[in-house]
Amino acid sequence: MWNVIKLIARTGNLSEPGPQDAGAIEAEARRIGAELLGIVGRAVAIRELDAGSCNGCELEIHALNNPYYNVEALGIKFVASPRHADLLLVTGPVTRNMEQALLRTYQAMPQPRLVVAAGVCAKDGGIFGASYACRGALAGLLPVDAWVPGCPPEPLDLLRGILVAVARLKTARVEP
Amino acid sequence: MPLTDLPLTLRPLAGPLPMWQGAADAATWPAAAHAVQEAGGRLVSLWGKMSARASVAAAYAVQEGLVWLELPLADGAATYPDLAAIFPAAGRMQRALYDLLGIAPEGAADTRPWLNHGAWPKGWFPLHAGARAPAPGALQDYPFVPVTGDGVHEIAVGPVHAGIIEPGHFRFSVVGEKILRLEARLGYTHKGIDALFAQTPPEAGHCLAARVSGDSAVAYAWAYCMALESIRGIAVPTRAQWLRALLLERERVANHLGDLGALGNDAGFAFGLTRFSRLREDWLRLNRAAFGHRLLMDCLVPGGVAADLQAGERDALRAQCDAVETEVRKLKAIYEEHAGLQDRFLTTGRVAPPLAAHLGLAGLAGRASGQAFDLRADHPLPPYDALGVNMATHRGGDVAARVTVRFEETLESLRLLRAMLEDLPEGACQAALPPPQGGRGAGWVEGWRGEVFVALELTPDGQHIERCHCHDPSWHNWPAIEHAVIGNIVPDFPLINKSFNLSYSGHDR
Repeated sequence: MWNVIKLIARTGNLSEPGPQDAGAIEAEARRIGAELLGIVGRAVAIRELDAGSCNGCELEIHALNNPYYNVEALGIKFVASPRHADLLLVTGPVTRNMEQALLRTYQAMPQPRLVVAAGVCAKDGGIFGASYACRGALAGLLPVDAWVPGCPPEPLDLLRGILVAVARLKTARVEP
Repeated sequence: MPLTDLPLTLRPLAGPLPMWQGAADAATWPAAAHAVQEAGGRLVSLWGKMSARASVAAAYAVQEGLVWLELPLADGAATYPDLAAIFPAAGRMQRALYDLLGIAPEGAADTRPWLNHGAWPKGWFPLHAGARAPAPGALQDYPFVPVTGDGVHEIAVGPVHAGIIEPGHFRFSVVGEKILRLEARLGYTHKGIDALFAQTPPEAGHCLAARVSGDSAVAYAWAYCMALESIRGIAVPTRAQWLRALLLERERVANHLGDLGALGNDAGFAFGLTRFSRLREDWLRLNRAAFGHRLLMDCLVPGGVAADLQAGERDALRAQCDAVETEVRKLKAIYEEHAGLQDRFLTTGRVAPPLAAHLGLAGLAGRASGQAFDLRADHPLPPYDALGVNMATHRGGDVAARVTVRFEETLESLRLLRAMLEDLPEGACQAALPPPQGGRGAGWVEGWRGEVFVALELTPDGQHIERCHCHDPSWHNWPAIEHAVIGNIVPDFPLINKSFNLSYSGHDR
């Protein structure tokens, strides 16, 4: 235990302050994210769903939880149940074998609900396209609020995409 | 020449590894499997194709190297001799083969669909020439094997899991917390990659191969490139061979760092996850800076590597190996001394060596159960032949053994990386591609999870891919998890599953 404490003390806090390498768009997204946190009064809960990805996207989504990105400190947390989720983060070209699970997960979410398509596969099927095995574009099945480019998207881009979608939720809320 | 006692004509396949190819008939097909098994060899993969007529193919690892056997079926025939009775791992591969091609093993014990969940009609087969995508159908329930008895109940998990992981369904039959039986149903991430290869130009196939399993992008791209280069007679420059090995070891270390952290976390030691995920992030960021991609996708191209390594980055890579080694050694000591962690790791999810041999447990998990196979040591390509790889093995077969093998392989890879960076030969990092040429070739690479195998067949003019089969070691290891969990408690399943960390996408393709 002494070694554990020693290592923690020596390394210090590695967490970076979030997407700020960035320009005005990201700063604005962050501001809206903070505003939403103010309105909702809690973290944004995300249900991640792999709709047939190669697992590359999942590895990068995992990275969001490492000490550098530390998304929980930004008010974003990943949840186990769609019933607890504000946002569905979908990866992959939507295989036909996952289509039903995807739709059921979405239907299980409370409203208002957001959908973020992560990576080129969720945008249009990517390298896998649409075929007997894949539906391709996620937008053909669910209303998509934001798309994150990349194969796979890098963690910072994922963060940006999530914040863009969250901003849309705020707009949707003020509209009559 | 392997399998000399059988009436087989094998001819050597071009390429850097000792491989042979030949045709079998219905009698020599099972005879060859028996001969391989008796000689201590193993089944690497089983697949099929449909050109003028259907054929089924198998790849065996034998002492001398790899044997690729093909069994052409008679016109109109739709069955072939079953191999699952000899190599249990063949069972699911044969079921997948039926779903893709409509040819079935005679008298196989299990004929349930595997990849076809009902999304495409029974009797329609994706690998038949000119097969056009039918309208999606309704998904079908899967007939899991029921377990009955006093107090036995089922727990159904998935395909959507609680964490950020790939989809698959696990059906547990339990009494209280104790697992009596686990049956997995996979195929949820089936993307039709085999059919897609036929529409992919041979020069671009490595990009698709790299996305069979995103955590093994280098291993798959290398195996694909090896197959294509063998067909076309491309000599990869020495520097490019070294850089490929460097990328493969970087991929191995990245995955081991991630797994070691996750294994700590799954046993309630969040400190381990924090420390290792930080190391992994440092590692991926330098991948990005030195090679242009965090997961090293598309860094390998036919003929060599996409971009050369710059001098400044070479120093950074070397410095990182030192820094990571210092940290990993500290964490290794902490993991080993942590009583709570060892209590969860030891004896959990055990696959004893004889069972591992019977199931053909592959790669890292196999080595942790006494299966001493590592292509880098068994058939070393440059630069592994010059550097020498110390294979990490263990006979424990439990979660603890798989953790230990990961630690040892990480440290060995760091040693190899430093040696590669020290002696990296000068020269070109890419060979020019000669004009297209038809034929067949194979690639065989020890990825971080185990052996990745690619069998590639081009049309006679070399312009198109006739068949490209990508094999993931997860095919062998998924059935082994079902044995590993027997008698364990349900809450240990995530830990056991993570200790194997198998690919869903690489398996489902």
